[in-house]
Order: sequence, then C-alpha cells, then structure tokens
Amino acid sequence: MTRFFKIWVLLGACLFVTACTNDGTWGWYVIDPSTAQGQSNVRFLIGGFWATIQLSLIATVLSMTIGLLVALPGMSSNRWVRLPSRVYIEFVRAIPLLPMLFWVFYGLPVVMRSLGFPITIDAFWGAIITLAISDSAFTAEIYRSGIQSIPKGQTEAARTVGLTYSQTMRYVILPQAIRRILPPLANQFIYIVKMSAFASVIGMQELTRRANELVVTEYRPLEIYTLLILEYLVLVLIISFFVRWLERKMGSDESR
Amino acid sequence: MNADRVIEISSLNKSFGDFQVLTKVDLNVSLGERIVICGPSGSGKSTLIRCVNGLEQYDSGSIIVDGISLSEPGGVERVRAEVGMVFQQFNLFPHLTVIENLTLGPMKARGLSRKDADVLAMEYLERVRIPEQAHKRPRELSGGQQQRVAIARSLCMKPKIMLFDEPTSALDPEMISEVLDVMVELAQDGMTMLVVTHEMGFARKVADRMVFMDSGEIVETGTPSEVFEAPKTQRFKAFLDKILQH
Repeated sequence: MTRFFKIWVLLGACLFVTACTNDGTWGWYVIDPSTAQGQSNVRFLIGGFWATIQLSLIATVLSMTIGLLVALPGMSSNRWVRLPSRVYIEFVRAIPLLPMLFWVFYGLPVVMRSLGFPITIDAFWGAIITLAISDSAFTAEIYRSGIQSIPKGQTEAARTVGLTYSQTMRYVILPQAIRRILPPLANQFIYIVKMSAFASVIGMQELTRRANELVVTEYRPLEIYTLLILEYLVLVLIISFFVRWLERKMGSDESR
Repeated sequence: MNADRVIEISSLNKSFGDFQVLTKVDLNVSLGERIVICGPSGSGKSTLIRCVNGLEQYDSGSIIVDGISLSEPGGVERVRAEVGMVFQQFNLFPHLTVIENLTLGPMKARGLSRKDADVLAMEYLERVRIPEQAHKRPRELSGGQQQRVAIARSLCMKPKIMLFDEPTSALDPEMISEVLDVMVELAQDGMTMLVVTHEMGFARKVADRMVFMDSGEIVETGTPSEVFEAPKTQRFKAFLDKILQH
C-alpha cells in the first residue's frame, strides 16, 4: 500500500515538474487552486463526487437485492424454477453496459408508456437502473457460489429440525455464506464506481461528465482528465482499503 | 393397519441414473422398536433411512410414517416434525453456540420463547452430559461431544422416531463409546430408533432386529442372537466375518 502510494506521488510530482518547466505543452493553470479560475474549476470537478458516490451506492444496494432474488431460485432442484434465473444471468451478462444504458434511458420510457405506465426516467435513475441490472448478474453468481460453498449437510440438518426453506436460508445458510459473499460484493462496488462514468453520456452530472464539460470550455484535456483519473483513484483506494479491512475481519471470524 | 406400527415402507425403489440403489425394499417398524441396519458400503442403507424423512426422494413404492404418507402434499414437513436425525458428520451449525444449535428448531419451528427453549435445551444437554459446554462454539468441542450435541439438538424437537446415519463413523475410536452410551440410554427410554452402524457390540446390546442390506436389497433380518449365532445367508455371514475379525 505505502509503496503504491510512493509511486503515484513520484509520478504526480514528475508530471507537475514537467508541466512547470515545459514551455506551453502543459497548462496546469486550469486546475491550479492558487488562482481564482483554477480554484473554481477544481471545485466544479470535485462537485461530481457526491453524484458518483450516490449513484454507485444506490446501484450497488439494488444490484445486491436483485442478485439475491435471482440467485435463490437459480439453486432450486426443479429445473423450471431454475430456468428463468439462468436465462436472466446469461442474458444480462451478454449485454454491454453502454447499449443497455441507451436502451433504458431512451427506450424503456417508451415501452412503459405503451404498457400503460407513463413514467419518465431521468439520467440519474436511468444510470442507476442500468448499473444495478447489469451488475446483478454478477452479484447473483457471487451469492450462488457463496451459498453453494456451505456443505449440503447444513441444509439437511436445518430441515430435519423443522425449519422451512426460508428459515433455513435466513438462520443457517446466509449467516455462514455472508463472510464468503461480502468481500467479492464489495469488490463489485469498486466495479460499479468505475462503470458509473458511463452515466456521463446520458448527461448525469457526475465526475466524468463534469470533466468533459470543463474540457469543452477550457481546451485542456490532459490536465483535466489527469485530475479526473486521480479523483477515481482516490475513491477506489478508499473503498479497496475498506474491502481489505472487511476481508481481514471476515477471515479472522472464520478461525475464531 | 397395526396400531403400533410407526413406519411402513413397502416395495421402495430408487435409482441414481442407471444405478439401482434400492430394490423393492419392505420394512415395517413398530413403536419403540430398535432396528440396526448394516451392510457393505454402497448397499443403500443410508439412502433407505434418508428416504424416511424425505432427504432423498424415491422413484416408486410408499413410505408411511405415523400414519402420514410422505407422498401426500405437505407430508414431508409433517413427517420431519416426528422424526429426528443424527448424521455421520454431525452437521452442527458452526456459527451458533451449542445452546443456540439446540434452541433454533424449537424457537423457529415450534414457536417457543427463548426462555422456554433454553430450559428445554439445558435439560437435553444434561441428558447427554455436556451442560457445561452450552455457550461454546461447536468447533471448540471434541468429535464425541459434537455428536452428543447433535443428538440433543434432535431430541429438543421431541421426535417419536430417531434416525442415526453412521453416527460413530467419523469419530476417533476413544470417543465412540461416549456417543454409544447416550444412544443406549435413549433406547432404554423406549425411543423408536433406526440405526445405520457397523458397531456390532451396540447392535447386540440394544437391537430388537437386525437388517442386513446388500446391493440395494434387504437380504436378511432377524434378532441379534439369531443372526450372530447363525446367519441364514452366505452374504451376511461373509459380511459379519469381515467386520468381526478384528
């Protein structure tokens, strides 16, 4: 972790020094907080953080919920119960994020209207729905592998002491599976944070959109996109620190 | 129907793909009867008792437990309420303490309050002689202790019938007797028991009837004294010679 940081600090310093000494190819002034213009630009860029975080958090919670609802019937011994879940996973996994985003944002309201549900989908919810659905196929597989890693004898023992299927899941299987499920789910959160950048193309005012808009007015893509990448880096590093902590905590629980 | 008869298995067939695991198995068990089922591995004895509480499905034939047919709607759930089971691998819930393992069923399936369930659980933990372990996790216990907890967990549901699927096969030799002692006591209290085991000493002591299975069929039944003195079939004799020689 610390070595990783050192490399980035060094790289950042190199870039900065080149920018200051080189005549005219670099223009850090656009995001130089010591000038009024630079400061307002940086503030504008950083203003996208909240939207990116909000978007990612809501999409992750939805994806975790949908994923569980898809995963549970997917493990049934009845193939007709299993089938819709398999189809959903294969189907959703096959669709690239960007086309799905366009379809949800431009197409879904039309479909809903024709079905008699006139709804409007703004960029924020369009992005959330897309990210949640697209990611849910992966979370479903995470749940499945986590739940299937619990020995079958646990279910059998629970059923023989009279628990129903849902009680067995709730009190016996999920509490044990959760420590194998949570770390990969948290990793999936990182994935969503990065994919949320796609929301910029439908006009969602998040980090990437703001950077794009500033580039159009300032004509300094190199500096602005460099800052953008650093913004994501900080966000993801914070989350992966949390994931690491979670993994350690879950791991030590196991050996207790 | 015999009023005392609690389990009626008739012409039960089951196969895994092409492999016939059970072939026309008939077995009737009376209330309070102790039956020991033995046979070489792969003979279908575990599958047979797992069919009794619906952990395995069968292809044809019928099983009636305490007047409830397993094939009627909701039959499996109602039968499971009457039948306890102890597994070879104990299958305790590792994320719960010993007492929580015992109270989960009574609280969730029977709707007992925590207080009542705790009282009940302690009663059975005392019966299997490990009340002092109540608040430990299963993994802190020895194999023999874990299996005794598993027996107590089943008894908390007040079953009419207990199934034992090779309860001592996963245990170190020095722990086998502590589990068998608990089972002998249970038998003396009049519990109806179906036990799959190779512990012939236990069979001799408690079994009312021995059932010998081979290749999915019941080959021979009889009281322990009958079969140990003079097994009628060559197959049973060969089996007994093999497991009794050491």
